Amino acid sequence: MGLRAALRRALLAAAGLAALAAEPAAADWIEYHEFSGRMSVDGRWYPQSAAYPDQRSHAGGFSIAPKLYLEDEGGRSVTLEGFYRLDGGDSHRTHADLREAYLLLFGEIGADEWELRLGVDRVFWGVAESRHLVDIINQTDLVEHPNEEAKLGQPMAHVTLSGDWGAAEVFALPYHRLRTYPGRRGRLRTMLIVDSDQATYESGAEEWHLDFAARYSHSIGPLDFGVSVFDGTSREPTLLLGLDRDVTPILIPHYEQIRQFGLDAQMTAGAWLLKLEAIRRTGARNAALPLSMEEDYTAFVAGGEYTFYSVFDSGIDLGLLGEWNRDGRRERATNVFQNDLFLGARLAFNDVESTDLIVGMLHDADFGTRSFNAEFNRRLSDEWSLHLEAVVFSNVDRMDLAYSTRHDSFVELNLTYNF
Amino acid sequence: MTLCRSALLALPIVALCATFLDFSNAGTPARADDSSPEALGLQIAEEARARAEGFGNFTARQSMILRNKQGQESRRQLRFKVLEVQDDGDKSIFVFDEPRDVKGTALLIHAHRQGDDEQWLYLPALKRVKRISSANRSGSFMGSEFAYEDLSTQEVEKYTHRYLRDEPCGDLACTVSERVPVGKGSGYSRQLVWHDRDELRVWKVEYYDRKDAHLKTLTLSGYERYLDRYWQAGEMAMVNHLTGKSTDLSWSDFEFGTDLDDRDFTRTGLKRVR
Repeated sequence: MGLRAALRRALLAAAGLAALAAEPAAADWIEYHEFSGRMSVDGRWYPQSAAYPDQRSHAGGFSIAPKLYLEDEGGRSVTLEGFYRLDGGDSHRTHADLREAYLLLFGEIGADEWELRLGVDRVFWGVAESRHLVDIINQTDLVEHPNEEAKLGQPMAHVTLSGDWGAAEVFALPYHRLRTYPGRRGRLRTMLIVDSDQATYESGAEEWHLDFAARYSHSIGPLDFGVSVFDGTSREPTLLLGLDRDVTPILIPHYEQIRQFGLDAQMTAGAWLLKLEAIRRTGARNAALPLSMEEDYTAFVAGGEYTFYSVFDSGIDLGLLGEWNRDGRRERATNVFQNDLFLGARLAFNDVESTDLIVGMLHDADFGTRSFNAEFNRRLSDEWSLHLEAVVFSNVDRMDLAYSTRHDSFVELNLTYNF
Repeated sequence: MTLCRSALLALPIVALCATFLDFSNAGTPARADDSSPEALGLQIAEEARARAEGFGNFTARQSMILRNKQGQESRRQLRFKVLEVQDDGDKSIFVFDEPRDVKGTALLIHAHRQGDDEQWLYLPALKRVKRISSANRSGSFMGSEFAYEDLSTQEVEKYTHRYLRDEPCGDLACTVSERVPVGKGSGYSRQLVWHDRDELRVWKVEYYDRKDAHLKTLTLSGYERYLDRYWQAGEMAMVNHLTGKSTDLSWSDFEFGTDLDDRDFTRTGLKRVR
């Protein structure tokens, strides 16, 4: 625990909370406080030679995500969570982010309940595993992982009303975050690098456009569902051809005003989980069209998961997953999921170390591209845990959006200290 | 007997009533409806439930020590919150504190007397609430020797019951009943349960696997009384006879009559759990 105490002091002090570090009870409104987080040493190796000059054969370094939670007597709380990654392979992967910094209040209205989250927070919507289609509140921290699961903190006012009729949520989002992209030396990038310094917006208010979102969700017996709408600055930019100061061709992200309707639903019946996510997006431009015209589209991911519990009385659970991704724009789609089948298996050993193994394959039915993913997770002790992962791209078609990453198969090892 | 049954409705005199329960004629075939082993077994289970009813809600801490055959130990720390629901299964939340890689993960359960339970898992790394299958009743809870079904509230309706015999347990006089899970999903063919006759506290449970081998034994101790009525075991020791592994579960910091209500046991409330 010596390391933990040292970390705690160093980080609290760094966060400008020196008083708290010295004496946590200094602020007398704090009824309860908790300091936690994780620190990770990461290495990623790309065994194939790079597709573009300057690209490195490795990425890696360390990351840290400290979290401070403060609560008063009435249950009101403040949560602060930071993130920092230092990467030796790609300077764009070295980055810091305020993942969370919000005040949480809640109370009763009759038989119902209200909740307010004010500040920077992360919000997740959806049910699918191969892709998070309806999830739109937070910007993707793409340099973290090509699976797009890492998200940047989003400033918001988030009000929830809930009761036995379900939950209704409203979001006001006053500031837009730029998507992170790998740099020139990084792998898993487009052929021309994306220069976010030159990012442009459709709205004259630029990143200060006030976006709105709302969601209604409910759980009725075996069915959990949500319907959502987002109106504001797209999280996914259109990448337009441009030049940097050295007159080198680059891609400039352009963020349009869009509207997106979303539906997500899951049926849970016995060992079956049946899932559907669908969106209708209007207002987004498409770089695949002449003059990057606007193109409205519909997309969905549908599938399911079946788990065999304790196979052969071993105590090990085997889950089988299948999902079909479809984008109405087909070959003009701005992502790789235009007509892709995902098949996966998950082995949960249910042992003391919580060992699990996940393998998956994404097969592109149009282009024939296949990507494979294997993940292994195991706890080493009460504090340390291990994550091993391999991602393989094979048979990438020249026309596929993933073509620029065709040599970027990688193996990754993370050793994490949880404090 | 009829006197006792009607008295069950009036909770304060339950304790008096129980001493009149007559288990001695269990073996005799006369009056098959009321005194058959099945009726007596059910009566014991219902009486035990009646005595546990009315607590409203409580919170507690759970500390687990997992031991393998070689004696290597691993710890689990969690917090437990439960809300009693009238005429249905309880609502409960488990919040994991240790091991630290799963810190903040929380499990919400809406148990039902009839039909499947509903379960949601909160994953703090993604801030994702995931509805999960409740078919996994026989699976290990956090790698321990406790299965999910051992830790969930033992709804009377989820078993058929049969009184077997009277038997001393320590200084107390106990009854031994057999309960057989109804429906699919259980890892057991049957369980034997030792209740003491005075207070109907569970002191021992033997679990038999689907091949009817004696799989595990649970021993409960350190009973304390809360609100002058509710008995809670402080220590629960589960031994797996087939693997030699064991788990000691200690309960502490019981708080009854907290301000928890329905609103804390929703998906929104689950995301708020710290």
